[in-house]
Amino acid sequence: MTDLRKTPLYAMHCASNARIVDFGGWAMPLHYGSQLDEHHAVRATAGMFDVSHMCVVDIGGTVGSDDVRVFLRYALANNIDKLKIPGRALYSCMLNARGGVVDDLIVYYIREDLFRIVVNAATAEADIVWLNQLNAEGEFGVTLMPRRDLAMIAVQGPHASEKVLNLVPAVRAAAAALKPFGFALAPTTPYGEMLLARTGYTGEDGFELMLAAEAASAVWSKLIEAGTRPCGLGARDMLRLEAGMNLYGQDMDMDTSPLDAGLEWTVDLVTARDFVGKRALLHAGCQAVFAGLILCESGGVLRAQQTVLTAAGPGQITSGTFSPLLQRSIAFARLPLGVQVGDTVQVQIRNKPCAARVVKLPFVRHGKALVNGC
Amino acid sequence: MKLPADLKYTASHEWVRVEPDGVITIGITDHAQEALGDIVFLELPTEGTEIAAGKALAVIESVKAASDIYAPISGEVLEINEQLADEPGAVNADPYAAWLLKMKPSSEAEFASLMDAEAYRQSIGG
Repeated sequence: MTDLRKTPLYAMHCASNARIVDFGGWAMPLHYGSQLDEHHAVRATAGMFDVSHMCVVDIGGTVGSDDVRVFLRYALANNIDKLKIPGRALYSCMLNARGGVVDDLIVYYIREDLFRIVVNAATAEADIVWLNQLNAEGEFGVTLMPRRDLAMIAVQGPHASEKVLNLVPAVRAAAAALKPFGFALAPTTPYGEMLLARTGYTGEDGFELMLAAEAASAVWSKLIEAGTRPCGLGARDMLRLEAGMNLYGQDMDMDTSPLDAGLEWTVDLVTARDFVGKRALLHAGCQAVFAGLILCESGGVLRAQQTVLTAAGPGQITSGTFSPLLQRSIAFARLPLGVQVGDTVQVQIRNKPCAARVVKLPFVRHGKALVNGC
Repeated sequence: MKLPADLKYTASHEWVRVEPDGVITIGITDHAQEALGDIVFLELPTEGTEIAAGKALAVIESVKAASDIYAPISGEVLEINEQLADEPGAVNADPYAAWLLKMKPSSEAEFASLMDAEAYRQSIGG
């Protein structure tokens, strides 16, 4: 573990007896005892995750110009012009020329000459190289500034907002009024400047906080004092699967189109705007059904790479787990065209076929099951 | 980590209790349950199954991965712990109370391959 990168909260995790694992070169907490208990805390009350391994990148331009927006119009598959007022955020994929996903990210509109993106930990360095390359080739003239001086804490759950709002009395009212995918930059909190974003990865209400690395431990401690449970990557994976949210590297990658990964809703093929990968997407179209699976019987746990047998041919699970809320195993699968929601399919678990039902994603939203058993 | 002194252990992290009638009770160690994390499913053999020492006997699925459980000794499966089907997390809560199955050994000689608590502790670097 000595060669792994550590977030500003590493010592806090060790103090809480976290089980530390190598996650894309970072020493991260898998759980602090039980990932099932951590999952339940997020669904029932409030939990928090250290997501400082993800990379914040500020994209700056010339004051008075829209050069950052022009750059992002070209670099992102979602339409940056959906961000009409500062304080709004957008989820998008960034594609290569073949239409594969270089990464998925959230872009925050701070000012016309300053946008912020948050990208995945394992892909961050390649993303920055890629964006710099696009910037140079297209002569967009923007500046990319990785912000490794910032930490990120995601506080999620039905009681999460209250825990966060108590930390920032001066901006409490403004932060409380934020809608999903809204955010506020609070320049003077007791912990220095903080960006509070009503975004997350669990299907619950909550905030993602970006703040100076040196203030992270104090905020983490305050949140623990307020009854927020530290949660690890294990719980995060179960929560995001229940919430129907893709994971880069499993559900989509450089060779997978967002149209084949259930992300067509994030791809702007309507406007005339050109963007990297658009031509390839229009040419290839959608070649697979991306849907949820729920295991009908108690036969084990659905996991990535298991083969799915359908009437239209074979497919594959891209992510799978046990759902503590549904008390069954669930998965995302890429299936042949023609497979429909409601179909029964067979998943090969230890070479034994087990029945599963194809369902619409997500499985869970705001603590409530959206699918029934088989 | 708990390692009861009255049990025997395998290198593949099963514990074995030799009952007064010669039957053996099998479970997984505290070290194993901790490494696996939250256990959510167990696939246990049917009663009457004959199995050779070292062969896969059962499967434990945690949220992290599926892991085989190996027969510590050759013999016949006499009984499985049916309660675990509804409560697989009992193995995490108390791995020595939540036994998986009972077997009738077919070879007394194989007992020599089992470790005592101290030898097992050393084998896991404890």
